[in-house]
Amino acid sequence: MSNTPTTLFDKVWDAHVIRKIEDGPDVFFIDRHFIHEVTSPVAFLGLENRGVNVMFPDRTYATADHNTPTVNQHLPVQDPLSANQLKALETNSSKYGISHWGLGNPKNGIVHVVGPENGITLPGMTIVCGDSHTSTHGAFGAIAFGIGTSEVEMVLSSQCIMQPKPKKMRINVNGNLSKGVTPKDVILYIISKLTTAGATGYFVEYAGDVFENMSMEGRMTVCNMSIEMGARGGMIAPDQTTFNYINGREKAPKGEAWDKALAYWKTLKTEEGATFDKEYNFDAADIEPMITYGTNPGMGIGISNHIPLAEEVGGGKSTYEKSLNYMGFHEGEEMKGKKIDYVFIGSCTNGRIEDFRAFASVIKGRKKAENVTAWIVPGSHVVEQQIKDEGILDILTEAGFQLRQPGCSACLAMNDDKIPAGKYAVSTSNRNFEGRQGPGARTLLASPLVAAAAAVTGVVTDPRELLEEAAV
Amino acid sequence: MAYDKFTVLTSSAVPLPIENVDTDQIIPARFLKATKREGFGENLFRDWRYNNDNSPKEDFVLNNPIYSGKILVGGKNFGSGSSREHAAWAIYDYGFRCVVSSFFADIFKGNAINVGILPVQVSPEFLDKIFTAIEADPKTQLEVNLPEQTITILATKEKEKFDINGYKKHNLLNGFDDIDYLQAMKSEINTFAESSVY
Repeated sequence: MSNTPTTLFDKVWDAHVIRKIEDGPDVFFIDRHFIHEVTSPVAFLGLENRGVNVMFPDRTYATADHNTPTVNQHLPVQDPLSANQLKALETNSSKYGISHWGLGNPKNGIVHVVGPENGITLPGMTIVCGDSHTSTHGAFGAIAFGIGTSEVEMVLSSQCIMQPKPKKMRINVNGNLSKGVTPKDVILYIISKLTTAGATGYFVEYAGDVFENMSMEGRMTVCNMSIEMGARGGMIAPDQTTFNYINGREKAPKGEAWDKALAYWKTLKTEEGATFDKEYNFDAADIEPMITYGTNPGMGIGISNHIPLAEEVGGGKSTYEKSLNYMGFHEGEEMKGKKIDYVFIGSCTNGRIEDFRAFASVIKGRKKAENVTAWIVPGSHVVEQQIKDEGILDILTEAGFQLRQPGCSACLAMNDDKIPAGKYAVSTSNRNFEGRQGPGARTLLASPLVAAAAAVTGVVTDPRELLEEAAV
Repeated sequence: MAYDKFTVLTSSAVPLPIENVDTDQIIPARFLKATKREGFGENLFRDWRYNNDNSPKEDFVLNNPIYSGKILVGGKNFGSGSSREHAAWAIYDYGFRCVVSSFFADIFKGNAINVGILPVQVSPEFLDKIFTAIEADPKTQLEVNLPEQTITILATKEKEKFDINGYKKHNLLNGFDDIDYLQAMKSEINTFAESSVY
């Protein structure tokens, strides 16, 4: 029925279905495909084994990020396995005519940072990548989600995947965020309420004042972590903030094409009265700076709170105890004041310029705590250059920090950036799973402000205390 | 990649009664450096299975010779986290053909089917029954019947139906994959692409 109000998600999804299979998935067309060195080699091998070509090479972009060093990128990569993977990406891209931004290329960086940065990500698109944080691109009103390597092979060979349509969820956050509360805190708060599996089977639309007032980079942080509550992806309706961000970027439409695109983009919103399978409402005033204490991203609390008692949390007691045991924490303890060893700022979640500005706002005029090792990793070369141009590098250097080169780094610790066993890392990345940042590493997920406060005090610290001092 | 057809699997099962088993536990990122799909089974559950010196952790279920079989039974929200298909490859390569849980993470579930592993979602109550049955007899046999879409604890005859869509079921029963299907649709896809906005 044409009069039925529809959702943003339905508009974009339905426009990309080529065929509906009865009692099966939709054959779903993919506008843009990102690949990286880790999840693509076996897909290319599959193409070779079948003798099949890449159908639309100009719809795929390759960047090296997961398994790259963050120092001395001008030198040959030391680890032969990593070097081999990077070489495979380069060879495969060249063989099939795919744009490749390898190490040393000025456009190189984390796939979910460079896509939007170059204007590849646009409203209304369908975007996939063999990486679960592809949900990041949903910030532009795109349907974007992570896929497995078999699906990478499908997209390369046919520009389609076979995907059942997810259910729809809307999460509304209204009101004003307090000082020191960032987009990262908003999404960690939401995940803590929904749990790590609370949105499994759903595609999320984030709506309300908080997201309307948020920058594009903030929206990317939020959509990025949709997968951490099980959702395949999350999206935000495009608006003037979106259009301003896109305008002028290299791959963005220009001239007449821009006007045409803009007219289309303005239709991409959920209509009044459209229904969702599930809807949540949160009040911005309830959100404070967040930190995680356990081994999944749903195990987060406001920084001034205590670790919940086993009986207060859902799920199995033994799983909860295993988690706290791994972290070396006890139920009921306060998070503030806990000694930390490492700080990691970066990743596709918080590796953009606004994140480094936030970090710098706290450390300016202070010194890195002696017990802390800090890894500061920009999301791309463009971000690295901004850090230098805006004088943030000087602030970092003055405070005793060093800037590394772009890549996924300690977020998944595939390269040498591994947190040692038993050590505590306050990390702006997206996962605190056991061993995620290195075997035995203990991760506390938080915002760049919380990471900065920990970096200069050496313990878990409420950044608002430092922000207030700075304001005096 | 082709896989063996799946029809009826009768086997003992390996219990892993932990919730939220994420893909970083199934296969840690540092073992994702291969460019071929080979040898991932060796590193399945690497950090739960081995100490830092590579000696086996005796209390981990895969190192306990009492338990074996082609069915892995996990706690709820199995396979959360990353999209790495390597997790499914590791489970398949180790020798499992079926994973049973009361809830699966979305991407893992899709990856599992695409590599020929049948994810069987049962009720929390039935999952408890399976764990109890294995605890009572580690060699207890489960029958996973894909044509009938049932899972049965043979010793007690307790049985439950499970869901799978008809298309994927047909693929698993015949060892077909999606790429074969999509290759046959190329002209339709071309027509669609020509009229698409992007």
